[in-house]
Formats: sequence, C-alpha cells, structure tokens
Amino acid sequence: MNLRSRVKALSSILIGFCALATWPAHAWEPTKPIEFVVPAGTGGGADQMARFLQGVVAKNKLSPQPIIVVNKSGGAGAEGFLDVKGDKGNGHKIVITLSNLFTTPLATGVPFNWRDLTPVSMLALDQFILWVNHDTAFKTTKDYLTAIKAQPDKAFKMGGTGSKQEDQIITVLMEKALGKKMIYIPLKGGGDVAVQLVGKHIDSTVNNPIEAESHWRSGALRPLCVMDKERLPYKGKLTTTQSWNDVPTCASAGLPVEYLMLRGIFMPPGVTPDQVKYYLDLFKKVRALPEWKDFMEKGAFKQTFMSGDEYFNWLGQNEQAHRVLMREAGFLAN
Amino acid sequence: MDEINNLMQGFSVAMTLPNLAYMLIGITLGILIGVLPGLGGANGIAILLPLTFSMNPTSAVIMLSCIYWGALFGGAITSILFNIPGEPWSVATTFDGYPMAQQGRAAQALTAAFTSSFVGALIAVALITFLAPLLAKFALRFGPAEYFAVQLLTFCSFVGMSKEPAAKVIASMMLGFALAAVGMDAVTGQLRMTFGFPELLKGFDFLIAVIGLFGIGEILLTMEEGLAFKGKSARLNLRVVLQTWKQLPQYWLTFLRSTAVGCWMGITPGGATPASFMSYGIARRMSKEPDSFGKGQIEGVLAPETAAHAAGTSALLPMLTLGIPGSPTAAVLLGGLMIWGLQPGPMLFVEHKDFVWGLIASMYLGNVVGLLVVLTTVPFWAAFLRIPFSVIAPVIVVICAVGAYTVHSSMFDVVMMLVFGVVGYLFKKLKYPMAPLVLALVLGDMAEASFRQSMLLSQGSLAIFWSNPLVGSIAGLAIVMLVWPLLSSFKRRSPKREAG
Repeated sequence: MNLRSRVKALSSILIGFCALATWPAHAWEPTKPIEFVVPAGTGGGADQMARFLQGVVAKNKLSPQPIIVVNKSGGAGAEGFLDVKGDKGNGHKIVITLSNLFTTPLATGVPFNWRDLTPVSMLALDQFILWVNHDTAFKTTKDYLTAIKAQPDKAFKMGGTGSKQEDQIITVLMEKALGKKMIYIPLKGGGDVAVQLVGKHIDSTVNNPIEAESHWRSGALRPLCVMDKERLPYKGKLTTTQSWNDVPTCASAGLPVEYLMLRGIFMPPGVTPDQVKYYLDLFKKVRALPEWKDFMEKGAFKQTFMSGDEYFNWLGQNEQAHRVLMREAGFLAN
Repeated sequence: MDEINNLMQGFSVAMTLPNLAYMLIGITLGILIGVLPGLGGANGIAILLPLTFSMNPTSAVIMLSCIYWGALFGGAITSILFNIPGEPWSVATTFDGYPMAQQGRAAQALTAAFTSSFVGALIAVALITFLAPLLAKFALRFGPAEYFAVQLLTFCSFVGMSKEPAAKVIASMMLGFALAAVGMDAVTGQLRMTFGFPELLKGFDFLIAVIGLFGIGEILLTMEEGLAFKGKSARLNLRVVLQTWKQLPQYWLTFLRSTAVGCWMGITPGGATPASFMSYGIARRMSKEPDSFGKGQIEGVLAPETAAHAAGTSALLPMLTLGIPGSPTAAVLLGGLMIWGLQPGPMLFVEHKDFVWGLIASMYLGNVVGLLVVLTTVPFWAAFLRIPFSVIAPVIVVICAVGAYTVHSSMFDVVMMLVFGVVGYLFKKLKYPMAPLVLALVLGDMAEASFRQSMLLSQGSLAIFWSNPLVGSIAGLAIVMLVWPLLSSFKRRSPKREAG
C-alpha cells in the first residue's frame, strides 16, 4: 500500500466518522428497547391502546427497536407518572395517559403535574356514552331522566371505574344537571363495569364505546346518549338497525353533560427535541395505517390530533377544567 | 349436538402440524415460566405477545394459552422439590408436597400434582364446551355482594385448619390484612398508609410476598440447618407413575369437589390462588384423617392442584364470553385478542366460531401434550435436588430477585422481597404460619372492595348478603365453614366424655 492510497483510506475513514458523528443530529433513533409505561391496569382502554400500538409498530417495522409495554397502575396511575417524572432525559421511555393525568394528582396530592413531563402528542379522544340495560323501560334519555327525577335521592345506582376519576366526575356532572343524587359504585375496570350492568347489579354506566360495544351488539345493553357536542361519525351498522351515528348527543336529549378523555403520549422531562420529534413522526406514521383507522372506528374514538403548542394549551385548559369540576365536587386532596 | 360438531371442527383447526408444534413450544416455555418464581404466566405471555402479531390469531392464541397451561403445570415443581412455590397458586401445594418430597416420595407427589392438574383442566374444558352460555349467564348473577360472599367463604374454609395456635394464625392473617390495606383505597380514592413514600403507592404485591416469604425464607432456613436440601432424589420412572395412578381413583370425590371449587372460582372470578387454598381447606375438612394433612398426605397435593388448574382453565370463559378477564393472565390474553382484531364478549362465539372452537379444542390437546411433557421432563427437574446447595442456592436467590423485579420493574420490590425473606425466616423460627398472611394479602383488598361496594349498594345494610338465594346460600355456607371446627371438636370430644 503506497502513501497515496493510505491517505485516501484514512480520509475516507475520517469522512465516514464525520458522517456518523453528524448523522444523529439529523434524526435521533432509539438504540435500545422503548419502555411504554401504562399508568393503568391490564385490559383497560389505555392498556389496549398501548398494546395495539406496540403490535402495529412491530408488525409494520416502524421502529428499529421493539416497544415494551409496562403497566404501572399503583395509586390510580401515580406510580407510572412518578416513574416517568423521575427518569429525566431518558429518550427510551414514553407514557400513555388517560384523565388520571389530571385527576390523580388533584385527588391524592401526589407530587406530580403534567408539566413535569414532556408532551409529545394527542392520539385521540375517548368518548363517553350513557348505557342502560336493554331490559329496562328506559328507551330514551328522556325516559331515564324522568325516572330519576321522579325518585328520591340516592335511588339510582351508577357504576364506574375507580374513585374520583372520570366516571365519577361525569356522575357528579349528571347529578348537577338533574338536581338529584345518585349512588356511585367504584368498580375495578371498564369491562367489569359493563358486565355489572348486564347482570343488572347497577342501573346505568358511562362506559367508553369500546368497553360496551359487544354487549350492545348482543342485545344486552342500550346506549342512550353520547357526551359530546356532536354525534359519533361512524355509520357502519352495529345492530340490525343502529350505528354509533344513531346515538344522540346528551345535550340534545336534555342532559347537558360533555366529557372527553385524553389518550395522549408524554415523555420524561429533559428529553431533546430530536427525541420528541422521533416519536411524533412515529405516531404520525401509525395514524396513517389502515389498522389504526379500524381501531379508531371499532372504539368509536374522536380522531383529534394535536402536538406542540396547540397540545400544550389544550392540556392547560383541560387541567383547569378538571380542577374546577373536582373542586365543586369536593374531590380535591386539600 | 351442536357442540360436538363445533368441537370436531375445532379439532380439525387445532390438529395441524404447525399448531401442534406451537403447542409444544408453548407448553415447554410455560413450564419454564412456571418454575421460575415471580415470572408468572401473565408476564410470560405479555413478553411473548409481540412475537405472535405476525402469526394467525388461532395459532397465536393456541401458543399463548399453552404457555398458560405450562405455567399452571410448572408451578408445582419447585413447590414440591424445594418448598418454594413457582407460582402463587402452588403455595397450597407446598403444605403436603414438600413433606412428601422430604420423605423420599417426590416422584409420587409430582405425578399426583400433574395428574390432578390434568384432571381439573379436562373437566373444566368439558364444562366450557357444553355449558359455556349457561356458565356465562351464571357469572352475570355475581355482583359485589356475591363476590364478597365467595371471598368470605374462601377465608372461612381456610381458617381454623392450621395446626398452629389460633392466636398465631390470627396474628399472621391480620398482618396480611394490614399489608393489603397499604396503597390506594379503591372506594374513596385516597392514599392509605403510604407515609409519603411513593414506593408504597402500589401497595404490597402478594407475588413479592410469596417469593420472599417462601423462596428467600426457605434458603435462609436451609443455610442455618446445614446447607443441604432435605429432599431425597426424585427419580420418576414409569413404575412410580403407574403405582401412583393406581392410588388415585379412590380420591375421586376429592377430584370432583376440587374441580367444582376451581371452576366456580375461575368463573366468578376469584382466581386460581384462592381456589387452591379453598380446595385444600375443604379437602382437609372433609377428610377422615385431617391430622395427616401437612405431613405428606397425597390428598393435600391433589386438592389444590386440581382446583388451581380447573380455575385457571375456566377463567378463560368469562374472558371469551363477557370480555372480563378471570385472571391477570387472561387479561393479557384479552389484550392480544384486541390486537388480532377480535373483540371479546358475547359476540365472539357467534362471529368467530373457528377461532373460539379452535381454542377450546386446543385446551384439550394442550393439556394432553402438557401432561406428557411434564411427566417426561420431571427426572430433569428432580435432578436439581442432586446439585449441591452451595451451587443451587445462589441461583435460586438470583431467580427470585429477577422474578420480584419483573412484577413491576421496580428495584424497591427486590428490597421488599429480601425483607419478606427475613420475615419468612422469623415466621418459621417462631412457628407462625405463613399461609394465612399470603391468603389475607391475596384476598384482602378484593374482599374489602367488594364489601364496601355492597355497603354502598345497600346503603349500609348487611341484609344485602341474604337478599337473594344465591348470595344467601354462599354466605350461609361460609358461616357453617367458620363454625365447623367448633362443631367437629365438639363431636370429637363427646364420645370421649361418654367413655370417661
């Protein structure tokens, strides 16, 4: 090997190094498995979405490293949030949130706020529907409301997931709209709540669409109204006569209650913008997949997507809304 | 018979060569998972779930459910050989399985455990095959009050069976309840007894307690007693298997009773762990020689193993028909179903017949394959007893630590495991029973939640526990079980009085 070729080889190695050194600045990529924290138990809505994301990312080879779902449900999700908050600068960790992002710190006083994390993006919003057993006489929201108003306080039993969380907040909103108290029974998970309604142990629930959908199709449950400004857009027939689109809004049916739940992604504090961008792009790719569209339709989700400042502002407003609601309900820790 | 036709079709789905291969892989992995304490079926399936996304749903669920069967089989192995339960539902198996191993009857104990697991599962699958819609309807009748009655029954059938003085049993159980109360109060949403430590938010997981109390506790004790396991070599050959099998038919009643307990607890859903405790308690109650329990009575192995496996199997029924998981493992499988585009619930049996019946057929086949695999690999497991303690003990400690870490991916749990290990050692030295603590920790917060939900429903009236024939008879039975020791000691005393 003569001198010239040596210089050539050396310079090409140098150029190679330079390329390697500058390359990560252009695009960060995970170099070890990504931990996906679920601040809720197995089988719930957040868990299902996280495991679905894990599955489609692996199936479509969207990430060079696998995603590992880890459930940290202790203390109504506080365990998971504190874990992510404490893992400063770790770009290999993401967390999916539900309303407990706001409710848990407010209700328990656990030292945590969503501003402690790095917001990545909103994936979707989850709807709430008022459900009753199909065998009851309540064919419409009006029947239901009249029946409650005709009875004394604490005659109607509402079942929901957990305590001082979204389901109980909605129950308090309904109580305010009706001027009647109900009995709220905190149960374990959304699937459990729906089955208790099928078994007629409770009178109504505010299950997310996906939790009660198959009981609706089997003719055991009946949706009365959806707690959003507009009807669900999904028009595929689920029963012989009805689709999600046929469920009226609660406000139009005389029950002025609106509530939507965040399904969003956060990262630990102190991560670099490149890392945030990586996940943002990843989830944008996922949202373009047909599997994602099926998933959204099956769960009748509201397909709102936000990131950046828009997402940040939405979070601030939503937190404030929860603070007001929970203060009025007497759910604040101190 | 529609079911028979459907099942035959199911067999034709399950009996393909790749599916049988998946079954074998699943069972083998499952046994490994079952043997490792802490790494439960739920964790095992969660880890392997992503690998199955590219498979077709039927093959995937066959493999995953076979992991589950394997874990159910495997949990008994270390319980019997080392007095260290590989899974929480084999805690009750240690009571008589380990004494049998110490007497050199490890082979009989293992054969009995595996065979009874198989019988329990087989009857449970048969029930699912023919009575699924009926059972699902029965499960619907369980509200908070009914759940509490079942949990009360579990406690009542287990208390009073310990040989230790009642005061020690109560002390141990109360400690279990106190530990179960740490964490979030499910009814008010407030934190309890966490004293500001974020680590205590999630409470004490009974898996960690089981690993520490039994695993580490046993190692500490063995170290003190001369650095050697007392178990004799457990050579399992066909002769021992056949000899044990010959003994088993006389326990047909125990099998039936335990299967009934197991199926019921699986469907309602109480889970495999309470089922095994309850079944052990009842077997001892009903036995003609209750004093032989805890000293190597083969019935004491049959009862919990049959019930655990029957419960584990029937726990899949509420998942398939109602979309509620009867066990943590079923919950992870549920997540899997969603990813494959199958919505669990009442419509699954109608809309995805092939899948459901393929799964049910694989339950039959999987258990047959499982029995063959465990019976042939036991000499291998038993060979562990011949490894010097100084080699195997550190390995067990490491496996326990890894197991404890996997439960919540938290180092704090590993420290907790060591603390529980010391507690377990002290318990054994001071002759306090550990089983009541474990039972209280498993059932404590469930029982508390369902009791308080019932109280909310009835607005504070205890009459809710007698409000319908179902809950009334379970609650009544629980009270009979509770006072049974008094009755039977009275019965035993009275002839003496006549003689004297």
